[in-house]
Amino acid sequence: MRHQPETQTPPAPPPPSPSPSPSEDAEDRVSASLQPLKPANFRHEQARHLLWRAGFGGSQAQVMTLVEWGLEKSVEHIVGYDNVEFESPAADLFDKDIMHPPSEEERKMYQSARRAGNEELLAQARLERERRERLDRSQMAEVQKWWLRRMIETPRPLEEKLTIFWHGHFATSFRTIENSYHMYLQNQLLRRHASGNFGELLLAIIRDPAMIAYLDNNDSRKGRPNENLARELMELFSLGVGNYSEDDIKEGARALTGYTFVDDAFVFQKQNHDNGVKNILGKSGGFDGDGFVRIILEKRACAAFIARKLYSFFVADVPLTAKDADLEPAQRAVLRRLAATLTSGRYELKPFLKKLFLSEHFYEPRFINQQVKSPIQLVVGAIRSLNTPERDLSILNDALDRMGQRIFFPPSVKGWDGGRSWINTSTYFVRQNIMAFLIAAKMPRGYDALANEQPFDPLDLLEPQDKHRTTVVDAVLRITLGHAPVHAKETLESFLAASDGDVNKANVTALFLLATAMPEYQLC
Amino acid sequence: MNLVQSSAYTRREFLRTGLILASAATTIPSFVSSSAAAMTAAMNGLTSAPGIPDDRILVIVQLSGGNDGLNTVVPYGMPEYYKARAGIAIPQKDALKLSGGDGIGLHPQMTALKDLYDNDMAGIIQGVGYPNPNRSHFKSMDIWHTADTTATGDGWLGKYFDAECCGFGKGESGTIENPSSAPSAGPPGIAIGRSAPLAMEGRQIKPVSFESEELFRWSGQDISKSLKEPYESLNTRAQSHPAESDTNASFLMRTALDAQVSSDLIRKAVAQRPATAFPQNELGRQLSMVAAMIRAGLKTRVYYVNHGGFDTHSGQGGSQGRHGQLLKQLADSVKAFYTELKAQDNAARVMTMSFSEFGRRVGQNASQGTDHGTAAPMFLFGPMVRTGIIGDHPSLRDLDEGDLKHKIDFRSVYAGILEGWLKADSKVILEGNYRPLPVMKKA
Repeated sequence: MRHQPETQTPPAPPPPSPSPSPSEDAEDRVSASLQPLKPANFRHEQARHLLWRAGFGGSQAQVMTLVEWGLEKSVEHIVGYDNVEFESPAADLFDKDIMHPPSEEERKMYQSARRAGNEELLAQARLERERRERLDRSQMAEVQKWWLRRMIETPRPLEEKLTIFWHGHFATSFRTIENSYHMYLQNQLLRRHASGNFGELLLAIIRDPAMIAYLDNNDSRKGRPNENLARELMELFSLGVGNYSEDDIKEGARALTGYTFVDDAFVFQKQNHDNGVKNILGKSGGFDGDGFVRIILEKRACAAFIARKLYSFFVADVPLTAKDADLEPAQRAVLRRLAATLTSGRYELKPFLKKLFLSEHFYEPRFINQQVKSPIQLVVGAIRSLNTPERDLSILNDALDRMGQRIFFPPSVKGWDGGRSWINTSTYFVRQNIMAFLIAAKMPRGYDALANEQPFDPLDLLEPQDKHRTTVVDAVLRITLGHAPVHAKETLESFLAASDGDVNKANVTALFLLATAMPEYQLC
Repeated sequence: MNLVQSSAYTRREFLRTGLILASAATTIPSFVSSSAAAMTAAMNGLTSAPGIPDDRILVIVQLSGGNDGLNTVVPYGMPEYYKARAGIAIPQKDALKLSGGDGIGLHPQMTALKDLYDNDMAGIIQGVGYPNPNRSHFKSMDIWHTADTTATGDGWLGKYFDAECCGFGKGESGTIENPSSAPSAGPPGIAIGRSAPLAMEGRQIKPVSFESEELFRWSGQDISKSLKEPYESLNTRAQSHPAESDTNASFLMRTALDAQVSSDLIRKAVAQRPATAFPQNELGRQLSMVAAMIRAGLKTRVYYVNHGGFDTHSGQGGSQGRHGQLLKQLADSVKAFYTELKAQDNAARVMTMSFSEFGRRVGQNASQGTDHGTAAPMFLFGPMVRTGIIGDHPSLRDLDEGDLKHKIDFRSVYAGILEGWLKADSKVILEGNYRPLPVMKKA
């Protein structure tokens, strides 16, 4: 189906009036509000929620600091992370030459070897390639560890959280491209644009070597365009299914011809580019890839799609395929307004994020502690909020893999499904057991390496008034879950009573082990 | 027969249907509850319900690293074989000659497999591969797992589960039209290994996977025995929660309960010692666990095990040596597996298939090893499988840049197993029209 060309002017943002359309009932009026939360309502629970959703959780002290700062300053600090000092990743942190293609000289040598049937030389070349591939796989593991450590240590958690978001959005896997340095470059690109401008990010991603290789655009040339990138650009990266036609894909692919890379840099090969007139999404002209992206950005569907993805990531799952009409009125209204925020702000992300994190809607009780933690969220969040040792980044990465989130290896171009798909009977035990590893250095089976057995004393997490047999259970549950469900309190209290009731290291460690093995601990 | 109303659907029925192992069943509670009546009916009449195959089991043995097919099923009648492999060829006198195979024999370490062959329990499919072979371990493995040469989409067994359970089997762009109207529930798969293989990942149904039964439980209880009771209390509370509630919290409580029940079930099953002595190696351990779960009567349709170490670039050995050891482990383990299944009276229900992501090059390399190649043989085991040598050995003269040209597309083998053994529609599942290779013994 062809879409009608839309008007050139972006739709005006809705009036900043608190009065909603009359069709929404009183309850929806409250929950649909993107008006800021009243300062007085920003308390411990809300500050904790903000820390978990806009980052990876935090210690009790960090929660208290945000409460003290108040809503506005907290959001300003979190979103305006550019003002917080933290080193940028250096370009030469990793070796860029491992997977460089053979030189002209080498190529010629192998060509003549092939012609002459010199099996010895060909076997040597093959061995050399395999040696490089092995080296590159080890470097990929190093990049994984480097990113995981950065997430654990960063004073700018939203930056890494958004980088993960974009990694899932523009999913590219090392498994396919087999070039660790290109994965690293893409990671830097996503971080650089993480809270910048979505339009610029979209323009940058079609020039990214890892993406070009992943979606086969390096072979796309005039006369035989490869449609892979054009398709995913619209289906998964910007518009969503149903907002473009198969013809738009074919024409868009022509616009992207000649977009390739040499070594580590984007190259536009004019001789391979199709200069002809293309008809894309109702516009016609001699577009190149950038022109194609600009046409996409003018579509309302693009802002709506990105708003929905960000909302699902930060607030609550909204199926990407669900029709607007099937959403509850409150969410529909919020999503509409968020999309309008993106449009009127010309895809600037910071105003969008600020509006969201300040809003009453974001802090609605039905959203708090109701998001399934991603594996990253679980592991990084535990270390940051409980201050456990990180122990062994290789084991942590391995656990992430077993839990279904191997960074730099998303399962497909669709990225990670997230939400409930993280949880099944197998991953459930891995999730509990990695907590036992972090808290009590309980080694997962199958590891011979010496893990870091650095002691962890959970008594350090407790305030003096918490170190009492009548208050300790409550404190442990509040630190781990943010609330103290009655049944859990009863269970833990009778456990404590059966263990002499002493508030000592062994007993408090046991309480933390039990609390983090609860189904509720998988939520934030 | 007691048909339960969907609203009255209880945990007990859920457990009884065997769906407990379908972790994804818990991710779609609405599907589970609304199709409960249909499902219960189907499970009560297990063998006769339309769309549900009888209780046949498929076991996949993955040989990881690229098994050298030419030193597994040895073309000792071809002089080119000895020319290409001066240092590592299996001498004609050592090869285990196969009846019905002209100049074809097994690696001398595979006497146990020769026994299965001689007892009409083993089939050898020669020269299996696919067009434009990929020599990357990852990529080629994904191609085998997805049954798609672009290596994208769901796993082929996952698509089988989905098609059986939810009535859809299209690839990534497929959508679930109406899962709640699914005719029946398909039992899922169990993979022994660090993570579930892509082959078993469906859209709706996910496999259960665990490395050893000891990892399929909470390790915290090993720190202190006193933790076990409160832990269980915290993780089995779903029983007191209404199944209709559809918040993430109630979903997690249900999964927690499922995990405890599956863990108990599986650990109880594998705690029973097999009647047969299995060889002391990793594959033997895995297959003895599978045999134990089959004996315990789990409703699982597909089991998946892995045998690694086949990436023999150097020092591969000939009649003796590293590669021979791996083949001996394979042969001995599979033989023990079927001895055990026979003792259980379950052998006829179980078909086993082995594959590797690729074979190796015809010529050996300078390090007395072999590099990544293309086509290779597959094995089929079981009393019901078509036995003997299936297909012709690939030519050693007509090579593609030093590599074998495949004779049979692996998706024809999959199609044969899906159609012949699992009674499923291979066109829907494989999303293509592959001529099913006959894999069943003629009646």
